[in-house]
Amino acid sequence: MLELRNITKRFGAVLANDHVNIKVKSGTIHAIVGENGAGKSTAMRIAYGFYTADEGEIIVDGQPRRIETPHDAIALGIGMVHQHFMLIEPMTVTENIVLGAEPGGAVALDLTKAAERIRKLSEEFRLAIDPHATIEHLSVGQQQRVELLKALYREAQLLILDEPTAVLAPQEVEELFAILRRMRAQGKTVVIITHKLDEVLAISDEVTVMRDGRVVGELQTSATNAAELARMMVGRDVLLRIEKPQAKPDSTVLSVEHLTVTARDGTQRLKGVSFQVRAAEIVGIAGVEGNGQTELIEALAGLIPHAQMSGRMEYLGRDIAPLDARSRRELGIAHIPEDRHRRGLLLDFDLKENSVLGVHYRPPVAVSLGSVLLDDGAIRKRTERIIEDFDVRPANPDLPARSLSGGNQQKLIIGREFVLQPKLLLVAQPTRGVDIGAIEFIHRKLVRLRDEGCAVLLVSAELEEVTALADRLLIIHDGEIVGEVDPTIATLEEIGLLMTGGKEQ
Amino acid sequence: MKLLREILFPLIAVLAAFLVGAIIVLLIHDDPIETYKLLIGSALSWPDGIGYTLFYATPLIFTGLAVAVAFRCGLLNIGAEGQLYVAAFAAAWVGITFGGVEGRSIANLSAWLLVPLACFAAMASGAVWGAVPGVLKAKFGSHEVINTIMMNFIALALVSYFTQYHYKAQGDPILQTVPISASAHIARLGKFIPGLPERIPLNIAFFLALLACVLVYIFLWRTKWGYEIRATGANPAAAEYGGISTGRQIVLAMAVSGALAGLVGVNEVLGYRYRYYDSFSSGVGYGFTGIAVALLGRNHPVGVVFAALFFGALKRGGLFVDIFTEHVSKDLVEVLKALVILFVAAELYFRGRLGRFGLMRRAKI
Ligand SMILES: Nc1ncnc2c1ncn2[C@@H]1O[C@H](COP(=O)(O)OP(=O)(O)OP(=O)(O)O)[C@@H](O)[C@H]1O
Ligand SMILES: [Mg+2]
Repeated sequence: MLELRNITKRFGAVLANDHVNIKVKSGTIHAIVGENGAGKSTAMRIAYGFYTADEGEIIVDGQPRRIETPHDAIALGIGMVHQHFMLIEPMTVTENIVLGAEPGGAVALDLTKAAERIRKLSEEFRLAIDPHATIEHLSVGQQQRVELLKALYREAQLLILDEPTAVLAPQEVEELFAILRRMRAQGKTVVIITHKLDEVLAISDEVTVMRDGRVVGELQTSATNAAELARMMVGRDVLLRIEKPQAKPDSTVLSVEHLTVTARDGTQRLKGVSFQVRAAEIVGIAGVEGNGQTELIEALAGLIPHAQMSGRMEYLGRDIAPLDARSRRELGIAHIPEDRHRRGLLLDFDLKENSVLGVHYRPPVAVSLGSVLLDDGAIRKRTERIIEDFDVRPANPDLPARSLSGGNQQKLIIGREFVLQPKLLLVAQPTRGVDIGAIEFIHRKLVRLRDEGCAVLLVSAELEEVTALADRLLIIHDGEIVGEVDPTIATLEEIGLLMTGGKEQ
Repeated sequence: MKLLREILFPLIAVLAAFLVGAIIVLLIHDDPIETYKLLIGSALSWPDGIGYTLFYATPLIFTGLAVAVAFRCGLLNIGAEGQLYVAAFAAAWVGITFGGVEGRSIANLSAWLLVPLACFAAMASGAVWGAVPGVLKAKFGSHEVINTIMMNFIALALVSYFTQYHYKAQGDPILQTVPISASAHIARLGKFIPGLPERIPLNIAFFLALLACVLVYIFLWRTKWGYEIRATGANPAAAEYGGISTGRQIVLAMAVSGALAGLVGVNEVLGYRYRYYDSFSSGVGYGFTGIAVALLGRNHPVGVVFAALFFGALKRGGLFVDIFTEHVSKDLVEVLKALVILFVAAELYFRGRLGRFGLMRRAKI
């Protein structure tokens, strides 16, 4: 169906794709795996006409084709679902789907007819999307299905999904996979990029493994396993589950009592949460996304207006509730936010500027004239150190953060917060969209930080991740802590039950 | 590569505007080549052309910088016009009140004190006028575009009132204040440059404008304040995360923006008319043209200088086109200005098209 032949693509000095050959057979689900920055997204964006290749050919249904814009790709039956959805929130599903679907700009749109077609498509693939629903009222998983519908509406035969599962809860992943299987059964072809090897094994027929811009393996899924894929991706054996020494918790660093957060619309997002985090331990918070984890971390980081909160937050014996984000940072609280594009990075700023966000106003970054002028040399040194210690690639401090692959952006953020040598680290979804080699790396760093005496509060939608890392595990449901378990003993089923609201026995 | 792109698009926009302008000239039965020769020749002749081009460019550098600074913080300052009115009046007020003007002064300061004081008054009053919409935005989230526009009306009404009822010479039919003290004058460049007559009002403020460019560059890219302003403009959520108070940055950016716009008053009052002349900006709209200057100059101090020179030259050349061609009026200049803005604003569209022809890679997703 789709074949990339000898595709080469350079971004400045970076060779993102180096004579890449990928052959996607019609009617299959084809997975692409590889480390962060391996060039997966680039290859697929070339197929979708976002980028044009420097060299090489794209063959669609046996014919060499020129794909220079997404319009060309759509005309050839290729659709793509991006990791960051491109939907207009206040508009309905139908309006979003029809928008831009009529090339040449049809003046009078027949929305009723369109809605009917969308309803039929939704039924056919059991997407359970109401064509008249407004986007802002849909969950992330549903929005993703709207993106799928968009492609189906444009009669895509081949669907490319770039890390579709990174934003989904485990249950939603299952639903998505069921949909993809139905699509395959209808003769459609799916290309899926993911970092999770179990997903690759569960859903795909064939796998292409990429490393450093090259294709290093093409395999039948049935004839491989996670360890082999991991080795091919990273080029060495990878520990799929982290080993860590027993925690030796020290005195209490953070103590939260009856913390309540009320959103602007009046709903209570946190309903009187109490817990403690001690030095040298990792406390994990497990829960289905949207149950108050975001608010908890942001409240502790000082990013929620004081008026919307009540309860106590004590850090090293000091009430931090009245302090703003800057003062909390100065006291040694670091924060790795869950949404790196929205919170964590200034995408158009270069790596140097990004790596001093939060310390940009004080020595050694800001010097002379009473800490006003930024010291470029010091900033560069700091950035180079982060790049080196956290293996950020490409290692060029002058690149804009936008040009880094997702995993490398994450490593930059983690590095920036780690060099602060925090006493308390608030960390949410640290390995979202990060490749397995880097996950191992980040997990090691977190454990090391713990062993150096840092108190770590970890929120993650990956059950495996929280259970592997946390020394104590709290379960959050609907804004309340509904239980605490010992992650070394509790089973995933027990935790899952608590997460969905079943009470602890 | 990036630099090239930054320069390329404004240039294309200017060329395209001239091309369309030429077609318009043809349509009204005049010779485009002659017209442009006249336009450019009269803007670059020595000494008058160059002198006046630089003189017209001076206020545009200030307002262009003003708009650019606000824009870097994600704000659209439509209020440079009002800011420069209050500032010009404030400068004149200092020049009158502290300059030993008969019957109106409470002090008689020497030039060394008076000129800096007048400059400071201009900047401070512009800053306050800019900061008000900033505070409204930071505190209540009300939109700065609406508020700066309203502040423009208030500014003009206010200074007209004071001019008319308190600072006009008795019996003067023109709405203008009494002259400021001679010690508040700043030198015209004709004094130092051989061949440049002193009647051309190009004055020291031009160098002040260039200095302002350097300082704005340092402020935005080399100080923590500039970093915070740009971070707020680029991604407020991330700025907050980094411990930056975005509300404070909005106020700061608007104040700096207003202060820069206020410097127009120095050129106008201390270097040109030596008095406050009511509605002096209304024909040109320095504040509004500043938006175009910032847009064409890509919100960068260096770009602003070139864009201001370009618009200054257009203004100068326009006068001659008006007089010496048969059909073309100086409105051609306005048309060219509008076209340039249109083409600059359409850049994204161009980017897509050029990408199609392989001239430009769209690498921004
Ligand atoms: N627009 C761009 N400008 C400059 N460099 C880029 C751009 N897009 C990608 N790159 C670089 O090309 C390389 C491949 O990036 P790509 O996004 O394809 O990786 P990926 O395999 O999708 O990684 P991830 O798993 O982290 O998403 C990286 O080194 C990246 O920094
Ligand atoms: Mg990618």
